Amino acid sequence: MQISTLILLLAAVLIAVFWLGRDKAIRCAGGIGSVRKLHSLPGYYGYYTAIWCGIPGLILIGLWFMAGDVLILQQITSQLPEHLRQLPGPELSLVVNDIKNMAAGQFINPARIGELSDAAEQYTNLQDASRWILAWSMLAVVCLGFGWAWSRLSPGFRARNRVERVMKTGLILASTLAVFTSVGILFSVVIEAFRFFQKVPVADFLFGLNWSPQTAIRPDQVGSSGSFGAIPLLFGTLLISGIAMLVAVPLGLMIAIYLSEYASRKVRSWVKPLVEVLAGIPTVVYGYFAALTVAPLLRNFGESLGWSVASESALGAGLVMGVMIIPFVSSLSDDVIHAVPQSLRDGSYGLGATRSETVKRVVLPAALPGIVSAVLLAVSRAIGETMIVVMAAGLAANLTINPLEAVTTVTVQIVTLLVGDQEFDSTKTLAAFALGLVLFVVTLILNVIALRVVRRYREQYE
Amino acid sequence: MPEEKITAGGKSSGTYNLMSFDESRRRVKAGLRKRHRKERQFRLMGIGSVLLGISFLVFLFTTIIGNGYSAFWQTWIQLDITFEESVIDPDGNRAPEALSSANYSRLIRGSLLEIFPEVTGRRDRRALNALVSNGAVFEIRDLVMADPDLVGSTRSLWLLADDEVDMLIKGQVDRSLEQGSRRLKDTQIEWIDQLQADGRVEKRFNTLFFSSGDSREPELAGIWGAVKGSFFMLLVTLLLSFPLGVAAAVYLEELAPKSRWVDLIEININNLAAVPSIIYGLLGLAIFINFFGLPRSVPLVGGLVLTLMTLPVIIIAGRASLKSVPPSVREAALGVGASQMQVVTHHVLPLAMPGMLTGAIIGMARALGESAPLLMIGMVAFIVEAPGSPLDPSTALPIQVYLWADSPERAFVERTSAAIMVLLLFLLLMNVTAVWLRSKFERRW
Repeated sequence: MQISTLILLLAAVLIAVFWLGRDKAIRCAGGIGSVRKLHSLPGYYGYYTAIWCGIPGLILIGLWFMAGDVLILQQITSQLPEHLRQLPGPELSLVVNDIKNMAAGQFINPARIGELSDAAEQYTNLQDASRWILAWSMLAVVCLGFGWAWSRLSPGFRARNRVERVMKTGLILASTLAVFTSVGILFSVVIEAFRFFQKVPVADFLFGLNWSPQTAIRPDQVGSSGSFGAIPLLFGTLLISGIAMLVAVPLGLMIAIYLSEYASRKVRSWVKPLVEVLAGIPTVVYGYFAALTVAPLLRNFGESLGWSVASESALGAGLVMGVMIIPFVSSLSDDVIHAVPQSLRDGSYGLGATRSETVKRVVLPAALPGIVSAVLLAVSRAIGETMIVVMAAGLAANLTINPLEAVTTVTVQIVTLLVGDQEFDSTKTLAAFALGLVLFVVTLILNVIALRVVRRYREQYE
Repeated sequence: MPEEKITAGGKSSGTYNLMSFDESRRRVKAGLRKRHRKERQFRLMGIGSVLLGISFLVFLFTTIIGNGYSAFWQTWIQLDITFEESVIDPDGNRAPEALSSANYSRLIRGSLLEIFPEVTGRRDRRALNALVSNGAVFEIRDLVMADPDLVGSTRSLWLLADDEVDMLIKGQVDRSLEQGSRRLKDTQIEWIDQLQADGRVEKRFNTLFFSSGDSREPELAGIWGAVKGSFFMLLVTLLLSFPLGVAAAVYLEELAPKSRWVDLIEININNLAAVPSIIYGLLGLAIFINFFGLPRSVPLVGGLVLTLMTLPVIIIAGRASLKSVPPSVREAALGVGASQMQVVTHHVLPLAMPGMLTGAIIGMARALGESAPLLMIGMVAFIVEAPGSPLDPSTALPIQVYLWADSPERAFVERTSAAIMVLLLFLLLMNVTAVWLRSKFERRW
């Protein structure tokens, strides 16, 4: 019996049970004409019975998914030949994979076929058995739930309140998922980072000037012990984000000012969506654009001036990233400029100020907190941006402030350290999580400050 | 002009400088001119920024379309293939194994040599054979497998050309370059010209690009595998994030009491919306793959990661659209005796649904374009087969773009741009649907 059939069967049973419960409620009340004797609408009695059958069933399936396979594998590994059972963890898991693949009829290492064929056969049998166990226990649970719900159905039974309580619990669980996500992020990043800091001291990581994560493959190799100083990465990130902000902040701000203070309604309704298209373009497209169009343009331009521009220069990546962030700055600033009360502008016009004077002396100072937070959010966006820099910035850590040279960023290093196959426990992989922690903390601080400023600013004018 | 003097300040203060009317007019005028000039400059700066922003957009689109439109056509070469029995099926029993493992490239070589009998020498012959794609062999094999009676006959077939030939036909190869600095040799170019003169070269609509998976050979590479991978991923994302997002939005907006816990959830959601996407990738790698032991490179894990990423977007949009339902609707429903949950499910939710759907589509569009977290969970891999389920290894459309952008062949440049065009088309469709939904169902209260 397949799991999908089981789930479909369960769904069919639930529908049937719903109608049974509903019918019983109507019959108890004495026919459809006297449903008003019931405490709740008849449907709620149906839902109540369905809930009592469905939730235990679903919990059972969930438990089976989590524990079933693990138990079977435990059983199988305990019966493996002695020399296989003694293998260290990673190799043992390879053997287990081989068993699974063999059971699935896929090709495996021919040398292993002999000693694993028994185990594979047993795996198939146990899996089959476990599915049947699941099916029968589901039947039992569903019947029990149905019996319980059935026995409680009576005209005075407060079915609606029960059903609504279950619904509300579901809604609450869904809303706490956000908290679980945050906890999950912290859990995954902090624990791995902590393990990294057991191998590399925190001070070396945060203040080291040298980043070369290549560790020696053999212990006797010379010269590649790996050093994990994050300063060049942080500096590269700041350089590229800085260039991006130099592009995005003036342009985005001027666009916001023009659209909210000068443009006619018609122009605004055309230009605003057009500019926002820039934000909807996937970052991988910007990366491709930066690497294949902007970088060669910059190099040729630099050559014509006699400058040497690296083909993966910080300037190229930063410029394109700036373009990507323009709509971010402009739409956020547009919102805050819009929130400035019209009376402030009218007062300024009444004193004889021109529009630009009103904007510069009245509107912008009034909107300043909001604009600052927009810029902060944009900075956090730039720091966390990955694809553009992965495709258009360099790989080698290079401590420089020359925008024409190649630098690397935190996100680029996370990607290069984690893409490709390597052991999960190596210092390199753990270093990626340490970088992730830095990235998470920095962006979180920026976001918290920005959101707080925005909230305070909104309160000021509302 | 009046002659009388203006006395500033009146009688109470005599300390102001007295200024003639003309003088003050002159000063004000001079100042005004300057101020108006500044005003014009400021306005021009605004217009300039807008134009600059839009011109970036136009530049981006023209580059991509200009690079990519040619990928929708593909060069084919017509050859007269003789299905020699001695090559395909020496035993003469038409066994499928023999047919499927026969050396079909010899047939192609033979027919090329018929057209260019003057080519001798191993190097030249190899260069000649390189004009036809490696995939042409499978084309012939499939033909023979489908119809074994072909053996022994001669057919004129259109075969896929190599990507370099394709580039030359599309005018992407600079003929004036030295032979050493381009991939095609002079002799090869001569042969292609001759084939073209014979009418044996044709450009056709590139259906392979839409129907095949990834390949190392640009002329055989397509986006179908990536599109399917993206589809499965979005399916998982939609099935999980929409119900969860709606449920969370309903609870927070309609039912939640004011408490610290709810505040914490709200702050959390707002912060999660701004967490860099690559962090979600780290989360997926550490939790889903290493902790729960889910397989790498599969759309299911990608969908889970994207679900966590789009949930805040959907929750925030959902709350906004719940907020726009006027309280009078709720009060009326409560007044005729509906329970709080009935108010929500029977009245508020249906009214807010278009807005929630719009938010969900926009969230999905963002998820479709996302690639950084997918790099972390191993979806960046060379996978030829299109996935058949969310549990088969696959790539996604943006990842395909990333992979092709790294490939050195010139022909991959146009394919990358074409894949981007397809990606942008999907995004456009989704956004247009969202705008349409909004304009069709939006109610002003």
